[in-house]
Amino acid sequence: MKLTGAQIIIECLLEQGVDTVFGYPGGAVLNLYDAIYEYRSKIRHIITAHEQGAAHAADGYARATGKTGVCIATSGPGATNLVTGIATAHMDSIPMVAITGNVAVPSLGLDSFQEVDITGITMPVTKYNFIIKDVSELADTLRRAFEIATTGRPGPVLVDIPKDVTAAACEYTRKEIVKPDNYYSLSADEEYRQVADLIAASKKPFLYTGGGVISSGAAEEMAKFAELVDAPVSSSLMGQGGFNNRDSRYIGMLGMHGTVVSSKAVSDCDLFIGIGTRFSDRVIGDIVSFAPKAKIVHIDIDPAEINKNIHVDHQLVGDVRCVLDRLNELVPPQDHTEWLRQIDAWKEEFPLHVAEDYGDQVTPQYVLETLDELTHGDAVITTEVGQHQMWAAQYYDFKEPRQFITSGGLGTMGYGLGASMGAQVGRPDKQVINIAGDGSFHMNCNELVTAYKHNIPIVELLFNNSVLGMVRQWQRLFYGKRFSQTTLERDTDYMKLAEAYHIPSYRITKKSEVREVLQKALRHDTPVLVECVIDRDINVLPMVPAGAAIDKPILDIEIDD
Amino acid sequence: MTMPKKHVLSILMDNNSGVMLRIAGLFSRRGYNIESIAAAQTENPEVVRMTIVTNGDSATLEQIDKQLSKLVDVREVRVMTSENSVKREHVIVQAGNSEENCASLIQVANLFRANIINVSEQSLMLELTGKPRKIDAFIQLVKPFGIKKMMRSGLLALERE
Repeated sequence: MKLTGAQIIIECLLEQGVDTVFGYPGGAVLNLYDAIYEYRSKIRHIITAHEQGAAHAADGYARATGKTGVCIATSGPGATNLVTGIATAHMDSIPMVAITGNVAVPSLGLDSFQEVDITGITMPVTKYNFIIKDVSELADTLRRAFEIATTGRPGPVLVDIPKDVTAAACEYTRKEIVKPDNYYSLSADEEYRQVADLIAASKKPFLYTGGGVISSGAAEEMAKFAELVDAPVSSSLMGQGGFNNRDSRYIGMLGMHGTVVSSKAVSDCDLFIGIGTRFSDRVIGDIVSFAPKAKIVHIDIDPAEINKNIHVDHQLVGDVRCVLDRLNELVPPQDHTEWLRQIDAWKEEFPLHVAEDYGDQVTPQYVLETLDELTHGDAVITTEVGQHQMWAAQYYDFKEPRQFITSGGLGTMGYGLGASMGAQVGRPDKQVINIAGDGSFHMNCNELVTAYKHNIPIVELLFNNSVLGMVRQWQRLFYGKRFSQTTLERDTDYMKLAEAYHIPSYRITKKSEVREVLQKALRHDTPVLVECVIDRDINVLPMVPAGAAIDKPILDIEIDD
Repeated sequence: MTMPKKHVLSILMDNNSGVMLRIAGLFSRRGYNIESIAAAQTENPEVVRMTIVTNGDSATLEQIDKQLSKLVDVREVRVMTSENSVKREHVIVQAGNSEENCASLIQVANLFRANIINVSEQSLMLELTGKPRKIDAFIQLVKPFGIKKMMRSGLLALERE
């Protein structure tokens, strides 16, 4: 059948099973939005306040569902507004397809109105990108875009489509899409045997899970592996939820804001197995003192990650689920009672939460632990970036994959609100809570209007300390308490702001109010905002300064001003 | 880890728009060094072959190889060694500043079996193909005659069968 390019785009989205897109209309995508109007019964379009919100929403949708997120923007500023969202998805290996309009092919390269070379701009922050100049190539290119986004290590793909291509007509035939088979391993049997032998010989193994456990859907295999190896399990920020935090073998995060137990265990272990991870600088710290007594085994689907940030002794390249399945067959059950007893002793000695007396003051720890309790650890937690992000990672006990949605690699302030909306749209059955700080909140708080307009019932839980807390923490430690530009004290009236967006809101200023207000907030079936006023000098601890040895985390920061 | 040294890579890639930018962008954003780059279509117009000369230790070379192989357009990356491949470079140079020194320049050209491809009143244009070291030596000897302009192709390498 003969369709316009715009109609073909929507048909291709339907082929992929896409039922929701996030976007913002404009001149170069008028034809596409005409098709979105025509297909409105088949595909839901959520208009955000800003294209950046659309990109983060598509990303949050992808992280919460495991499906590919789709966002749409017009040419020029519409396209450039997506860039931060695309880069965020790229750093965290999130499958996403971004569709941008561009000026008509004859106008390309002439500095036409709202023209920008978005494929050139996004080349370093996409897994791949296309510009389609011929409508006959449109359908296959879009299919290829989805294939690339989801094959192997996932990532964002941008497809730039000039306006005349969306207007042109072309023959279209629907194709059945076969999802890429990612269940593979490139490593030889011999390499598996070597790793199995290492595990059998190890007295103090240490397992470390990254985002790859989640993207490959390997949580079950991971649980089984941990049981077989009988080892403590630590997680990266991205790996949160890949292993049940309530499991007795779980010892908390590893790295800059990891637990002391993890730091001690990594320094003492004789075998370190990194699973679906890229050994971020935020985890390794000083490379020489990282796991100094251990042989390091690296499991990842991307061969380029092996020996990139750390030199490893053994590697198993492949899909994490596939690799763990094979290891689970090879490795006989181990018994490390003594090692785990040592771990438990450290847990006892160095609990994450050191109870300090804040009286009736609200502390983020208390709020998050209460939230965990009230939601039975079942909520989907999204975050912005900063102290609140680390607290959320530390004090909410994630049970399963896709429960924790955060910008790990790029560290994008302003990510969370858009992401929470995407997550909620993708998982209407889940309670979705965005943990924010007042700094991040101000970056993209315009998206509250999207939550209201589309009735996306997220809880915006805002920790207001009137400062850029994480930067302040660094300034306190490393810049002689010169709090340059981090004392915001903006005096925003969040209650009035929420009211302006027709969103119910609550303000917590005392510890005794926390439980009741959270209970109320969680009962709403509309978006709701909760402001928690907290002290500006509550720090994220423990802390391993950038590039410092992981075995000497800072446990206490003196506040004497 | 080894000492940094010169490495030659031969890359086969799809002839898609922006493919040169993807390769050059990868090298620049990851801080890899490019000493020379030469690229053109192969017998199949859909495929481009590129020879890149880079400098780095063995760990960097391993990363360059893997990062290049990750690019969607890249079909094959091969590290060219003197054992497994043939390497050549081409140079065009215009030199000379008087009739007399042009006469001596012709002698140098003959010595290297360089071709004279253009003659003007006071200068000559010469071309030469050979191993990079030969090209270097040739340029060294032409220099005293006054090089007006020159263009080297960058290294071309092909694996032996």
